[in-house]
Amino acid sequence: MNRALRNTQHAILLLLLATVLVIPASAQGQPPTDDEVNAIASQLYCPVCENTPLDVCPTQACAQWRDLIRLMLSQGESEAQIKQYFVDNYGARVLNEPPRTGLNWLAYIVPPVVILLGAGFLVRALRGMKKPVPAAPTQGRENEAPADEYVARLEEEVRNRN
Amino acid sequence: MLAEFGYGILVVTFLLSLYSVGAAMVGYFNKSAALVESARRSVLLTFPLLSVAALALIALLVRGDYQVQFVYEVTSNSMPTYLKVTAWWGGQAGSLLFWSWLMSAFASLVTLRKWERDQEFLPWVIVVAGVTLAFFLMLNILFENPFARLYQTLDGDIAAYTFAPASSTPILPSDGRGLNPLLRHPGMVIHPPMLYLGFVSFVIPFAFAIAALVTGRTDDRWIRLTRRWTLWAWLFLSFGLVLGGRWAYDVLGWGGYWGWDPVEISSFMPWLTATAFLHSVMIQEKRGMLKQWNMVLIILTYALVIFGTFLTRSGVLSSVHAFAQSAIGPSFFIFIGVTFITSIGLLIYRWADLRAEAEMKSMLSREALFLLNNLLFMSVLVVCFWGVIFPLISELFTGQKVTVGPPFYERANAPLFAALMLLMGVAPLSAWGHSTVQTLGRALWKPVIAALAITALAFVTYTRNVIALIGFFLVALVILVTLYEFWRGARARQRTQGENFFTALARLIGKNRRRYGGYIIHISMMLMAIGILGIELFQTQTQGTLQVNQSLELQGYKLVYKDIASWDNPGANVNYTRAVVEVYKNDQLLTELHPRTDYYFESQQNMTIPGVRSTLTDDVYLLLVDWEPASAAGATFKVFVNPLVNWLWIGCIAFLFGVIIAAWPDKDLQPVTVRSARTAHQASAAD
Repeated sequence: MNRALRNTQHAILLLLLATVLVIPASAQGQPPTDDEVNAIASQLYCPVCENTPLDVCPTQACAQWRDLIRLMLSQGESEAQIKQYFVDNYGARVLNEPPRTGLNWLAYIVPPVVILLGAGFLVRALRGMKKPVPAAPTQGRENEAPADEYVARLEEEVRNRN
Repeated sequence: MLAEFGYGILVVTFLLSLYSVGAAMVGYFNKSAALVESARRSVLLTFPLLSVAALALIALLVRGDYQVQFVYEVTSNSMPTYLKVTAWWGGQAGSLLFWSWLMSAFASLVTLRKWERDQEFLPWVIVVAGVTLAFFLMLNILFENPFARLYQTLDGDIAAYTFAPASSTPILPSDGRGLNPLLRHPGMVIHPPMLYLGFVSFVIPFAFAIAALVTGRTDDRWIRLTRRWTLWAWLFLSFGLVLGGRWAYDVLGWGGYWGWDPVEISSFMPWLTATAFLHSVMIQEKRGMLKQWNMVLIILTYALVIFGTFLTRSGVLSSVHAFAQSAIGPSFFIFIGVTFITSIGLLIYRWADLRAEAEMKSMLSREALFLLNNLLFMSVLVVCFWGVIFPLISELFTGQKVTVGPPFYERANAPLFAALMLLMGVAPLSAWGHSTVQTLGRALWKPVIAALAITALAFVTYTRNVIALIGFFLVALVILVTLYEFWRGARARQRTQGENFFTALARLIGKNRRRYGGYIIHISMMLMAIGILGIELFQTQTQGTLQVNQSLELQGYKLVYKDIASWDNPGANVNYTRAVVEVYKNDQLLTELHPRTDYYFESQQNMTIPGVRSTLTDDVYLLLVDWEPASAAGATFKVFVNPLVNWLWIGCIAFLFGVIIAAWPDKDLQPVTVRSARTAHQASAAD
């Protein structure tokens, strides 16, 4: 919580500083719209609350971070620069996916590898199942099965006609 | 007094459940029917005992006995009585007691059935249910006592104690902190019990599976006994998930229903294995195959149920370190490990007995396609599981915290879901045992052409988005194939039985309710898919600050801000701020929306309630984001247009209908052979 509080104070300070320094510059262009701010905020996670995207987080701290995004946009900073600013200050957890670096690659590699292994295992098992299994006791179920279960069921119903 | 009484009951019930486990095991090995019967009766006793404990807690909650820490944390004087009652599951300690109470209810229910033909299962069902119950009661007794009370010790510290410490004074707060406002919504009142019902009821099929493994009676008897039970469990779990989504849509104010949040995923994971299980048990029943795999699935489901409770209850999600500090985290971890390893050990021990009785004849047969279905469900599980635990691994090994959010899950799962939809379209037309490209092609070509025609129509009139078109094609294919199955069956009956079409249809469904209930569930899934495609692919939003009579425009809608008012409700300790916004389309007034922000003084928390206009084509979802007290300064609104999302909820209702058809107990079974007559009798005895 202390860290969160420090982060918030940090953001407010930066915001104040930035306001003093660069407001005149923003007067030249169009002020950024709420939608432009939200488009970036929605890709970032609130650095304080658990698992809440920044564009919908109702806390005061997040409102200030959204204002910070607005300010950076009005200074002409790009989306990538703004995201980088947040990563530098609050860590990789503000991104909605792990950055593709170092150990984080595991996040992307492990699922497809496991799924492929599973698929390979399934194919092997299916091949195995296609071979007759002499040891297995059969109850003759599969031998009796007619070609079409649907037809079989209907025939059965016809037989049991009440 | 009442608090000590409640705690005492918990301890007694804990000892009783331990006794039932011991008596059942000794009874089984010594072949003592009397001991097993004694174990059965002690299980039966846990339910009334825990009901009394629960009533004690409810009495404390309703009475507002704020010396009890749990009561202090989840209720307050201003809360209405019904919310004070449901606050029972509004916090950690209470919800663990709720878990135990449900466990004892299900354990009692299952021990009440007629056991004559399945005597050997009984002790082991008691053991599994008893061990699970004892574990959850232990959490309550040792770490999360809902009856602990607040005392101030001599050195001035205030803390909760089960027994009054020496020379301490009781602390009697005059009011409690009150339930988190987010949890006061009706959806949140029903959602946790539904989810817990689903979670806990899956313990029973697992208990039967373990009983089958221990006793070596590894035919499909355990599956037949728990078939309906599993379906109801699945219904509760599914409904818990859906209610959670609806609650998010109505209360959280982010315009959506599902955010791939770890807590959501933790309840979605057992649903995935359970759904795979529901499908693959059919292969075992029809073909005597996949016995080992079905065991794996039910063991996984049980492990994931406990894991889901662990994820949401141990604090591990906020930080690995919070987990280590929490008292219950390590206990959960050990319990999951021990039960999982024991179950897998038993499975390996019986591996040879669980060999398949038949061989796979064709890669296009119904059973092969069911296997593919299982692979896909497991793949979604792998993605979800890894997404949830990767941040923990990352924090543990590198100290770096990362977030795994929606883009990760959506990118990985979208093709898997599409493949599942394709299977839903193809599998009903394939036959058990044999199927070839020709037989399948002959059955499939008409629905495919019709679905292509519908997709072309969507292309011309609705969208050029390729993903959406693929989605709509699959939805159309599944619905057409399924309706065609209904039509084909009813027509055949009509011809052979001479009934009129609707009688034939009703009797067709009545004769094979699991199959046709299942088909209705498939259709309901497709209706949900329409809603999900709509909101995922076509959601638009805009935000702006308006003065009175100014407007925002989105997707042909014009929203005009008319008024705002703010007032206090002192009784409920809430301040409401409500805006009035008119919605126009083509200059026609459609409706008036009232987005609201409720501010709860006790918890100093805001709640954003959207104003929603809902139709079959789209929802206009309006949020009041911010406003200035002086009305001249204006108010900020955020508006979403969510196309087709209503189909998601319509699908949920169809889903409920389908499961009830499939799971309703059979009364009029007409067995054909002696063998099936016996199983039918046993099956109905089991339900």
